[in-house]
Amino acid sequence: MAIEIEKPAVGLSKVAVSDTHGEYSPYFAGWKAYDENPYDELWNSSGVIQMGLAENQVSFDLLEQYLEKHSEATNWGNRTSGFRDNALFQDYHGLQSFRKAMASFMEQIRGGRAKFNPDRIVITAGATAANELLTFILADPGDALLIPTPYYPGFDRDLRWRTGVKIVPVHCDSSNNFEITPQALDAAYNEAESHNIKVKGVLITNPSNPLGATIKRSTLEEILEFVTRKNIHLVSDEIYSGSTFSGEEFVSVAEVLEARDYKESDRVHIVYSLSKDLGLPGFRVGTIYSYNDKVVTTARRMSSFTLISSQTQQLLASMLSDRTFTENYIKTNRERLKKRHQMIIDGLKNSGIECLKGNAGLFCWMNLSPLLEEPTKESELTLWKSMLHEVKLNISPGSSCHCSDPGWFRVCFANMSEQTLQVALTRIHNFMDRRKAMKSSPDFSSY
Amino acid sequence: MTRNSDSETKPRKPTRTGMRLIVPLQGIVQGRGGLILGSLIPCALVYFLQLYLKRHRSSNTLSPSTSAENLPELPRSSSRANLLTRGSIGRVPVSSRASSIAKPNDCPYYIGLDRVREDPYDEINNPNGIIQLGLSENRLSLDLIEEWLSKNLSASMLGEGGDDLNICGIAAYQPSDGLMELKVAMAGFMTEIMGRTISFNPSSVVLISGATPALEILSFCLADQGNAFLVPTPYYPGFDRDMRWRTGVELIPVHCRSCDDFTLSIKALDQAFNQARKRGQKVRGVLISNPSNPVGNLLSIDMLYDLLDFARERNIHIISDEIFAGSMYGNEEFVSMAQILNSEDSDRDRVHIIYGLSKDFSLPGFRVGVIYSFNENVLAASRKLTRFASISAPTQRLVVSMLSDTKFTREYMKTNRERIKKMHDLFVEGLRELGIESAKSSAGLYCWVDMSRLISPYNEKGELELWDKLSNIAKINVTPGSACHCIEPGWFRCCFATLNEKQIPLVIERILTRNNLICPHQNGMNWSLTCCSKIIA
Repeated sequence: MAIEIEKPAVGLSKVAVSDTHGEYSPYFAGWKAYDENPYDELWNSSGVIQMGLAENQVSFDLLEQYLEKHSEATNWGNRTSGFRDNALFQDYHGLQSFRKAMASFMEQIRGGRAKFNPDRIVITAGATAANELLTFILADPGDALLIPTPYYPGFDRDLRWRTGVKIVPVHCDSSNNFEITPQALDAAYNEAESHNIKVKGVLITNPSNPLGATIKRSTLEEILEFVTRKNIHLVSDEIYSGSTFSGEEFVSVAEVLEARDYKESDRVHIVYSLSKDLGLPGFRVGTIYSYNDKVVTTARRMSSFTLISSQTQQLLASMLSDRTFTENYIKTNRERLKKRHQMIIDGLKNSGIECLKGNAGLFCWMNLSPLLEEPTKESELTLWKSMLHEVKLNISPGSSCHCSDPGWFRVCFANMSEQTLQVALTRIHNFMDRRKAMKSSPDFSSY
Repeated sequence: MTRNSDSETKPRKPTRTGMRLIVPLQGIVQGRGGLILGSLIPCALVYFLQLYLKRHRSSNTLSPSTSAENLPELPRSSSRANLLTRGSIGRVPVSSRASSIAKPNDCPYYIGLDRVREDPYDEINNPNGIIQLGLSENRLSLDLIEEWLSKNLSASMLGEGGDDLNICGIAAYQPSDGLMELKVAMAGFMTEIMGRTISFNPSSVVLISGATPALEILSFCLADQGNAFLVPTPYYPGFDRDMRWRTGVELIPVHCRSCDDFTLSIKALDQAFNQARKRGQKVRGVLISNPSNPVGNLLSIDMLYDLLDFARERNIHIISDEIFAGSMYGNEEFVSMAQILNSEDSDRDRVHIIYGLSKDFSLPGFRVGVIYSFNENVLAASRKLTRFASISAPTQRLVVSMLSDTKFTREYMKTNRERIKKMHDLFVEGLRELGIESAKSSAGLYCWVDMSRLISPYNEKGELELWDKLSNIAKINVTPGSACHCIEPGWFRCCFATLNEKQIPLVIERILTRNNLICPHQNGMNWSLTCCSKIIA
C-alpha cells in the first residue's frame, strides 16, 4: 500500500495568518453574541441590546428630508455630462467641489474658529483607512505611536496590522479624570526608548473615544509642546468633533495652531469622517487634513488604495455645501445627542451608577468598579459576561480599551431608539436591585 | 553628503558616480587635515564633479527597468509645486516608505498622465492640447449607461419606500466586504462576461473599492515583505506601485518577446524562478493579466493548464487579473483561470482572480473591484482587510440594480464589444497607413504598437526620446514600452477607447504632419526588423 505523502498546502503571508485583526477580543465577542440574539422591540424583546456600537441614528430624519427635497443631488443634476464625467473620475485628488464642501463643513463644526484649505484635504474610504494610511506615512515597521489609554480597540488592528508599527500606551487613570499629562507622555516615550523602539508620533482622539469628553486647550498645548520637543508627529482623530453637546466646549488642535500662526504645524495631521457626526458610516467617507506638504502629497498618492466613490463625493458635495442644511443639522444633532446623554446619565444615576463627566460622543464612560469582586481585569471580564448573558446588554469592557483602571465600561446610546434605551436602563436598574438584594442576603457567596 | 545652500535649488538627484567618489576621499582626508578639511574638500570636489557631469552627460543604454533619468528637462509635475524643501534640519521626518513615495514621478506612464492633466485636449476649448492615449478608460459606451440611469435611477439608489432602500438601509455600517446582494449580482455578471462556461459563487466574491486595492490586499495575503512575484512583461506600470509600495514585495520581470507574439513561456518562468532561488529570494506566486495589458492577447487554455502545472510543481500562487475579460473584440474565446479548475481540484487553493467594473463597465469612478478566490483562508483574510477599502453603500445599491438587470447588461456587453472592435480596427488601420504595425491582439482598450523603426538609437533612450516628442510635438500621450518593462525597445501602448471616431484621423494626422520633427533619422535609412535584433542596411 502506497504511503500518501501530504504535500504542504500553498502558504499564506504572516499578515494573513496573524490575529492582529483582534477578532478574538471581548470587544468583538460581544458583537457575536448580539448577532446571534439581537434585540427587537416587537419580535425579540428579550434579545441582546447592542450598546457596543458607536453609531449615530438620532438624526436620520434630517438626512432623509434633505434627500427628498433635493433629488437632483442624487442624480447628477440632470446634465448629460454630469454622469459621464463623474463615472470616469478616479483622480486621487478627489472632487474639488467635495473637498471644498468638506473644508467648509469642518469649519462650521468648529464654529469658524479654524480655517481649512481644501487643497490639504486627502480623501479616504473611511477614518479607518485614514488612520492606517497616516501610520504608513509617519512610521516604519518596528516604530511606534504613543496613544493615551483608554483608546478605541480598533486602533490595535487598524494601526498595526499591515503597517508593522507598534502602539505604546500612555497611561491615564481615573485619579484625574483620565486626562493626558506630560508626565505620562514622557513615561511612555522613555518606556519605548528603553526597548530601543523609535517613537514617531502621538495619536489622540479628540473628543475622546471611549471617554466621551473633549480635551482641554491647555492639555492640547502641552501635547503640542511634547511632540515639538521630541520632534515627532501628532495625529488628532477628530471624528466626533461634530458630536459635542455644545458648540463651545470643543477645541480642535487646528484652533490652537491657528492661534500660534501655524508655527510647528507641519507635524500635525487631523483625521475626520462623516461616519459619526453625519451618521453615514456606510458611505465610507474619511479625510486626512495635514499641514505638511510632503504628507499631503504622499497621502494623496496612497489614497488610490482607498478612494471614495465619485458618485458619493458628488452627492455629499451638494449636501455639505448647503449651509441651510448643515447649520440646522449640526445644531439639531447636538441638541438630540445632549438629550440622549442626559437620559442615560440620569437613568444610570437612578441605579446608583456614576459615569465620567462627558460632553461629547455617542457613548458614556460608565464606572462599575464598585461592583468588582477584586480590582482586576479578570473581575471586570466576569462582570462584563454577566452584563452580556444575564442582563443581555453588549457593552465594551475597559480592558479592551487598554484602560489601566479595571471596572470601566463604554456604553453607546445613540444607535437605538429612545424606547430601546429605556428598556436597557430598566434592565440595568433591575440588575442593580438584584445585586443589592443578593449582597444583603446571608447566603450571598461568590457573585 | 552634507548640504550646501546651492544644492537646494538644483534638481535633487545625486549621481551615483558622485557618491562613489566621496567615500575613498573621506578615507584619505580623515587621516590628516582635520575634520574641517576632511568634510570641505570632498564636498567641494563632488559639487564641481556634479556640475561637470551634468554638462557633459553621455548617453548610456539603460536597462528597461530603470526610469527616464536621462531625458532632458522633463517638466516637473504640478504636485511638486508646493512641496516644502525636503527634510531640512529640525523638520519632522516621515517614514522611509513615505519618502520614496513622495519623490516626483519618474515613470513616463505617470509623467504622461500629469502632462495631459495640465494641457488636456478639448475639441472646442483647447484644440491644441495633448490627446490622451495613455489611460485605458472606456468612453465608448457611457451613453448606454446614461440611458439606463435616466429610466431607472430614482428607484435604484435611495429608493422609494421599502425598508432596505431608504437612507437607514444604506447609511448604517455594512459588512466591509460588500452587500450580499451585490456579491450575487457581481457573481452573475462575471458568469455572463466569461461566456457562461463557469458559474461564479457569490460566497467566494470579496468586494473592494477598486481593482487597485484588491491587488494590494492579495499581495499582503500571499507574500511577506521581501518575497517576490514573477510577472510576465510587458506589464501594466501600475503593478509596480500596487503590488510593492506598502507591502515590501518584489516583482521579478519574466520577459516575453515579439517573436512569440509576447506570449508567456513556461521555460522563461522556470528560469526566473530558479534564478530567484539562487539569489535567496522566495517566489510566492505568478501575476498574470489575462487579457493582457498592455499587449491585449489572451492566454490559451493549454497555456493556462501549463501555468497551473508550473504553480503546482513550485507550490506557489497564481493571481490572474482578468479586468479586461469583457472587453473582447477578436474572434478568440476568453478562458478564465476559473474555468480550468474543477471542484475536486486541490490546486484551486492557489488560484485568485481580480476583477472590477472600471474597464468593462466604464465606471472607474465608482470604485468597484473584486477578489475571487477558491482558497477559504485567503477569502477570510481578504474579507477582514476590506475594512480599509470598502465600496460606498449608495454606490453598491446602484450597481446592484444595474447588474441585476441582465437584459441591460447583455445588450450593453454586446454593443460595447462591437464599438471597441470598430475603434480598434479604425485605429490599427490608421497606423498601418503610416507604416506602423500593431501586435496581434483580441482584447483590451488599447493596442500594442511597434514604432521600433522610428527610434534611434535602438534602445530605451531612443524610445523615450520618441515618447517625449510624441508628447510635446505631436501632442499625443502614449505609454512607452520601457514603462511596462518591455525588453524590446520601441513598443508603445496606445489606448483608443478614450477617443471618438473623429479623433482617430486627428491622431494619425498629428503623427504624420509632425513626422519630420519626430523622426528625422528615418529618411535615408533602410530598416529591417527581425526577431529581437536590428540590421541596418
